[in-house]
Amino acid sequence: MDVRLSPEQVALRDSAAQVVDRLGPKAVGQLADTTRRDRLEAAVLESGWRELRSTDEDGAPWASAVEVALVAEQLARGCADVPFLGPTLALELRRLAGAPPSSRPETIALTSDLSSLASTTRDRAVAVDAGLAEQAIVIELGPTGYVLAEVPVAGVDAGVDAGIDLTRPTIPVALSSAVELIRQGHPITGDDITGWTALGLSTATADLVGAMQGALDLTVEYASQRQQFGRPIGSFQAVQHLMADMVSYLEGTRSTALHAAWAVDALEPDDALGYAAAAAAYAARSARIVCETAIQVHAGIGNTWECMAHVFLRRSQLASDFLGGVGTNLARVLEHVGIGGL
Amino acid sequence: MDFEDSPEEHAFRRRLRAWLVDHNPHVTYGSNEYWEAMPQWHQSLHEAGFFGIGWPTEYGGVDLPPVYNVIVDEELADAEAPARPSLGFKVVGIMHHGSQDIQQKILPGMISGADRWCQGFSEPDSGSDLASLRTRAVRDGDEYVISGHKIWTSYSDLADWCFLLARTDPGVPKHKGISAFAVPMNDPGVKQIPLKMINGNVRDFGEVMFDNVRVPATNMIGAPGDGWALAMTMVAHEREPHEIGFAARFAKTANQLTAIVSDDPGRFASEQLRDLAWAIIEADMLQRHVSRRLSERLDGISHGAEGSIDKLLMIWTEQTVGHAALAIGRAPHDGRNPAMFNTYLYSRSASVMGGTEQIQRNLVASRVLGLPN
Repeated sequence: MDVRLSPEQVALRDSAAQVVDRLGPKAVGQLADTTRRDRLEAAVLESGWRELRSTDEDGAPWASAVEVALVAEQLARGCADVPFLGPTLALELRRLAGAPPSSRPETIALTSDLSSLASTTRDRAVAVDAGLAEQAIVIELGPTGYVLAEVPVAGVDAGVDAGIDLTRPTIPVALSSAVELIRQGHPITGDDITGWTALGLSTATADLVGAMQGALDLTVEYASQRQQFGRPIGSFQAVQHLMADMVSYLEGTRSTALHAAWAVDALEPDDALGYAAAAAAYAARSARIVCETAIQVHAGIGNTWECMAHVFLRRSQLASDFLGGVGTNLARVLEHVGIGGL
Repeated sequence: MDFEDSPEEHAFRRRLRAWLVDHNPHVTYGSNEYWEAMPQWHQSLHEAGFFGIGWPTEYGGVDLPPVYNVIVDEELADAEAPARPSLGFKVVGIMHHGSQDIQQKILPGMISGADRWCQGFSEPDSGSDLASLRTRAVRDGDEYVISGHKIWTSYSDLADWCFLLARTDPGVPKHKGISAFAVPMNDPGVKQIPLKMINGNVRDFGEVMFDNVRVPATNMIGAPGDGWALAMTMVAHEREPHEIGFAARFAKTANQLTAIVSDDPGRFASEQLRDLAWAIIEADMLQRHVSRRLSERLDGISHGAEGSIDKLLMIWTEQTVGHAALAIGRAPHDGRNPAMFNTYLYSRSASVMGGTEQIQRNLVASRVLGLPN
């Protein structure tokens, strides 16, 4: 057992960190700065991070879920407002189906509670992380397994409700019309969907690790500067204990997230899903505590739109619900040890 | 990046598993019999080469990376065998601060289990404020004369030696006048009184009185006035993942609770099942966390204050598992099978032992986050 990152993994993580530190939004006002966002998008596009799960000669993914997690974490830490989670999981579906990559930007469409991949038998779905997507992938159960279909996604217009996450819009899509089957090499099995769900949960968990780190960094800086009673508020034990819990939940999540990401490609799909669900549940509970504490330590300011704390909270709530919230994941954990009924 | 065993690790695991078939003493964790069995258990683990991993071979250690302790902990928990003896922090304290002479005198017997050691740090009036301790050691020729009252001393009823902190210089600030000693427990001036804990156990902790106990000056560990630095090395190490031998044990308790539910799932409401799920999740998290921390040690990274994060995670895990034990094991109102209820009761001490949860938070805030004082 040696769970240290390889030098290549460290380099990947650091380059993602550099990009987001340079071009990510530092303040809520910068979310509206389209010049900045276009530059961030160009950097991410050029990096090839969205193609980590593309197919190599043997049909295997080009990079493991650990690499995906490392990038997801850094992008979340810097509140990157360009797509990653959605396109990565769309490409994974194409890999599993032996389908060629899309020439147009795409994402995935989930059920309205985000708990699973949308099926064409429904009327409506939600395209997630759909900032630049022109289409979204849904599934249909065919006679020999699942087949993929694509559905157009309308652009984000002013005035359209784009969901709770200010960095990653969710856009409703209608499934009744305009669904087109994707030409694929072979059907997708139930096991494929299980493994794919594990990848989605582990990537969302890494996203939560990053959001927690971003919220913590923001809060440490504020608590060290903000003065009351003639002292920095971070010198008060009541505040210090809240913040000690923040970093502890973060580090615990970091460990379980790393294991979940490793498990995606190293273990059987059922086991990978069980561990991913455990990590996702732990991460969701931790992220809510951490982001709420960030708001509390920022106090009145933390409850204003201009404070970045709610950007992390909002982002983490999308990631927490992604492919099943805490309740779904607790049930998956119990199913993994042979207990149904939750 | 691999959470699975290397071929060498796998061979080690198989050897340990086979050994356990014949050598597991089969005592219930935390029971009086458990503590009774510990001295023999320590020696047989060491003789078989499964204890002392990462410590110098000249003192009886086993020359393997610390990650092997994860394997030992997992296999011991899986076989429901007692945990590793928890004395790594004493060994590290002596290696960092003790003279060559003291190291040679103490470490071989301590590591092999031939000499049994307890620790005399806390006092009735010196708990979290350890540096206020009042046990006195007064120099008299080539000896020190020690008098005082220690408490929360694990293993005090069985120990041959006490690793004791005493005040040698009352004239300097409290952190500077403390020294450490090796004190024989068979001295007629040493009196041991067991403490009865909330789970009814009387073998976990004792109080120890020292009444004019004379020890040679050469029994001092480190230099005069070094006691505080030594104690801080030890308590910091006590929080490190190396010493979190219990990580796998919590997973085992969660497995036992899972088995109880699987036998008759209809008996349990969703609230109880959720408690079980959280116990599984946190026990799993802690194991991964220990794997991560021990892997980082392969680079020689030492975890000073980060150990307090690990300790907080361990506290929360033990108490989440304890709550699941309460929810699933149920209070034994009919007097039957109190084991899970006692597991719950014992979990309450997790946030006190080795530095309270609140002290850990203080350390994390100032030394990890760098928050101002």
